[in-house]
Amino acid sequence: MTYAYFPGCTLKTKAVDLDRWGRESMEALGITLEELPQWQCCGAVYPLAKDEIASRLSAVRALMAARDQGTPLVTLCSACHHVIKRANCDIAEDETFRSRANAYLSPETPYSGEAQVLHYLEVLRDVVGFDNLSRQVKNPLTGVKIGAYYGCLLLRPSRQMAFDDPENPTILEDFLRAIGAQPVIYAQRNECCGGYVTLENQGFARSRAAAVADNAAAQGAQMLTTACPLCLYNLQQGGSLKTVYFTELLAQALGLKEGAL
Amino acid sequence: MTDWSSRVQEISGVNPRKCMKCGKCTAACPAYDQMEYHPHQFVDMVQTGRVEELMASKGIYTCLSCFACVERCPRNVQPSSIIEAVRLAVIRRQGGNHRKPDEIPALLNEELPQQAITSALRKYSKGG
Amino acid sequence: MQRIGVFVCWCGSNIAATVDVEKVARVLSQEPGVVYSTDYQYMCSQAGQEMIQEAIREHRLTGVVICSCSPRMHEATFRKTVEKAGLNPYLLEIANIREHCSWIHKDKLTATEKAVILGRAAIAKVQLNAPLTAGKSPVTKRALVIGGGIAGIQTALDIAEAGFPVDIVEKKPTIGGKMTQIDKTFPTLDCAACILTPKMVDAAQNENIDILSYAQVEKIQGFVGNFTVTIRKKARYVDENKCTGCGLCTEKCPQKKIPNEFNLGLDNRRAIYIPFAQAVPKVATIDPNHCAMLQKGKCGVCAKVCTAGAIDYKQQDQLITREYGAIVAATGFEPISMDKFDEFAYSQSPDVVTSLEFERLMNAAGPTGGTLLRPSDGTHPHTLVFVQCVGSRCDGGEKGKSYCSKICCMYTAKHAMLTREKYPDTEVYVFYIDVRTPGKSFDEFYRRAVEEYGVHYIKGMVGKVTPQDGKLKVQASDLLGGRQLHIDADMVILAAAIEPDKSARPLATMLTASMDTNDFFTEAHPKLRPVESPTAGVFLSGACQGPKDIPETVAQASAAAAKVIGLLVKDSLTCNPCTAQPDELMCNGCSSCEKVCPYGAITYADKPFRGPNRTTRIRRVAQVNPAVCQGCGACTVACPSGAMDLLGFSNKQIMAEVDAICR
Repeated sequence: MTYAYFPGCTLKTKAVDLDRWGRESMEALGITLEELPQWQCCGAVYPLAKDEIASRLSAVRALMAARDQGTPLVTLCSACHHVIKRANCDIAEDETFRSRANAYLSPETPYSGEAQVLHYLEVLRDVVGFDNLSRQVKNPLTGVKIGAYYGCLLLRPSRQMAFDDPENPTILEDFLRAIGAQPVIYAQRNECCGGYVTLENQGFARSRAAAVADNAAAQGAQMLTTACPLCLYNLQQGGSLKTVYFTELLAQALGLKEGAL
Repeated sequence: MTDWSSRVQEISGVNPRKCMKCGKCTAACPAYDQMEYHPHQFVDMVQTGRVEELMASKGIYTCLSCFACVERCPRNVQPSSIIEAVRLAVIRRQGGNHRKPDEIPALLNEELPQQAITSALRKYSKGG
Repeated sequence: MQRIGVFVCWCGSNIAATVDVEKVARVLSQEPGVVYSTDYQYMCSQAGQEMIQEAIREHRLTGVVICSCSPRMHEATFRKTVEKAGLNPYLLEIANIREHCSWIHKDKLTATEKAVILGRAAIAKVQLNAPLTAGKSPVTKRALVIGGGIAGIQTALDIAEAGFPVDIVEKKPTIGGKMTQIDKTFPTLDCAACILTPKMVDAAQNENIDILSYAQVEKIQGFVGNFTVTIRKKARYVDENKCTGCGLCTEKCPQKKIPNEFNLGLDNRRAIYIPFAQAVPKVATIDPNHCAMLQKGKCGVCAKVCTAGAIDYKQQDQLITREYGAIVAATGFEPISMDKFDEFAYSQSPDVVTSLEFERLMNAAGPTGGTLLRPSDGTHPHTLVFVQCVGSRCDGGEKGKSYCSKICCMYTAKHAMLTREKYPDTEVYVFYIDVRTPGKSFDEFYRRAVEEYGVHYIKGMVGKVTPQDGKLKVQASDLLGGRQLHIDADMVILAAAIEPDKSARPLATMLTASMDTNDFFTEAHPKLRPVESPTAGVFLSGACQGPKDIPETVAQASAAAAKVIGLLVKDSLTCNPCTAQPDELMCNGCSSCEKVCPYGAITYADKPFRGPNRTTRIRRVAQVNPAVCQGCGACTVACPSGAMDLLGFSNKQIMAEVDAICR
């Protein structure tokens, strides 16, 4: 099985671990992630303004390419997923945006949201299956207490993201169970890490990350895992717990990545 | 004279009259201490036409766009879209950029992911 | 030759402001058969009615068309009017030019044109109306109350007091409903059990009342005065007549870890149980999902210890069929699930509870014997945070309800006050959006909580609860104080919205009773018929019709009983004469109509028909029992040969109306 894949800028530079172990693990699970040809930056932030058309176009371009290939579009970075998924909802629901985006890009077949956007975790849950995944685990992470850190972008706003319960998500915990680890539930797992504000106001971002990590640690977590490079950065800067990408844990459990946690 | 209130409602697509003034947005806001005006005040002040005070506030650059206010609002008001629209109303003005692109490198460090840089450009300047 | 009179009502300015009533009367006077046409300010007034009667006599009218409000409002009034003037009441037609026209249009020209068209259709129909005579149907003098909470109990008691037999069907093993779980009642703070349990006992002892507990309605047939209801009495594996309620079995049963529904899972019960000490009937029930004997065929402890020999592992569900004249829905409410509101960490910490759970934690018969203790560690809580409007007043979507749940402001004030009274060392915060206290002595009660008991009422909402280090870190807004609050609380209590009980929707389907989008039963008229369903013979009692507190529930329960009694005292009811009528010559006996008839009004008879050459053929043809037929018209559409017609709404009449509209 082959899916179209949108890695995003950060995964090509600072977050190569998220990308590399994600691809290799998926390959081992029987699914090839084929990078979209000539993809462009998703824009990193979803424009909340109704009249911002241009900044949503690169996402539409990626969606169109996936539609033309006839496969779902898989993302890995939370920010890319957020932007692309919401742009897809917009083009399906907002007529003004749809007609203007199509007018700019003038594709052979107009695009109106036909592509399916899947986050890597959704592929694990819904295509591979967590039961099936747990059977393929070679090095279970037995006894490791891990706090899943969701952050904001995967979950909210839930009406568009439709990823998991925005206040009580389970997908990362189910993933952690499948690879043999022990998920730790803590309330701050869906509170902001400080986001891009880290650039201007490091102190504030660090206090956010600390609140997240302290809560996880107090509930018994030994480490944190995330799907977002910016979350990882902020948690590493301000948090007291080791933080890794979930694909690293996956690769380790599947026996693809060596080394201790 | 620009009718900023209508402008902000237009850009954001938000109808501030849907607000029932429960303050859950402000209760959920993780950036509360960093902002002079808080999510419920943005909604209220846009409704009552006090947008210029909001435009002059620094808090528009510390909203994290975490969408906690959007998710938890019982009335589906979407305060974060209002805050974003106020921010855009500022940076779209001539010389209104909060940060010029050439100021950005000084803020960077080795580890910072590209995602943060692009986000900041988008949030702080016109057409970043 | 028809002589039709047309009467156009202004309804003050309700119609006349948007419809040129004089013009309507003038234009309609030109319609074929119309001999008299006029307009008047209030047709339903005494003077208006007399004017109609005078016109009938003076112009020897054979049919009357009144252009006015909806027939739901005044059809009965005007039928009586024309009848008194000697005209058959079914020679009257109403054109609804208010709800269907003036109220929904703004442009006077358009509205006037539409009013003329509606009037024209009514004239075309009335030309074909035939005089009809209503028959009579008997009334079964027994009532059914579905739901045995305080609403159902009060309704049943009042009906029984009037001398009519009444059955209560309750799905739980005991009657009493939600009120049994409540500790104290606002605003008087009297103990709920002290005022409820005597009523439960009264119900049990009243010889006119039959309590069918652990039972549910399976099927409802018939119509007002003549319902046939099938009730499933679930097997409780205990003989109700033998069990003395001694409770020995409930102490000896080895299955100890079953969440106790009565205490909302805050403690455990056995597989054989009596929900609480004052249960009615006070008999044990075996939970078949957890009983080792019923699951694996091994155990039998309860049978061994029962001196009355009441245990019967072979007991089966029983189907009971009974006849009723009236049915009362009293299915009550449930707090909504907190699943979608985990920003308050309900699923993450046992110290976050709903208000109903808090009732149990304050109740002397509850899991802690009435001492308020934190569920997580059994310690005394010092800081309590109450959150109001959890899931109420939400803007659509799957999350929450659009309505105000009405009771939460008052019970929260009660909880806060009782907590401060019993435990003066506590700090109690109440986060509110609005405090709504419209009721006798309600606002005074709330003010007492603030002024005398020192409860901290804070205008604002809680945005996040983070369990950490044995505390609940509450992040909230204080809108009047202009700050974000961070409170380290020991307990958080959520005032969950209430919604109709899940059994209401299937029941409404069985009753053909209408519901609103929230699954509350709809009343026949929101102001003037608040305890009747639009379905004749079906009445509404308590929170199944909308959120209500106890006094309102009891008031409505008694009102519903009064309506039931008013029905049951009648020996017979006037039937609707607009019933189905088959044309036997066209009927081919296919049974299509019989299958769709919801009232069982259609049967078949073999009848002789004259064939060619003086032969006689026996054919199977449909017969309608006009006493049973409710005139719904389902059969007329189902009939493939067009043999079935509805008196008063014949295919010809309907087509004449359509033709008139399309002219």
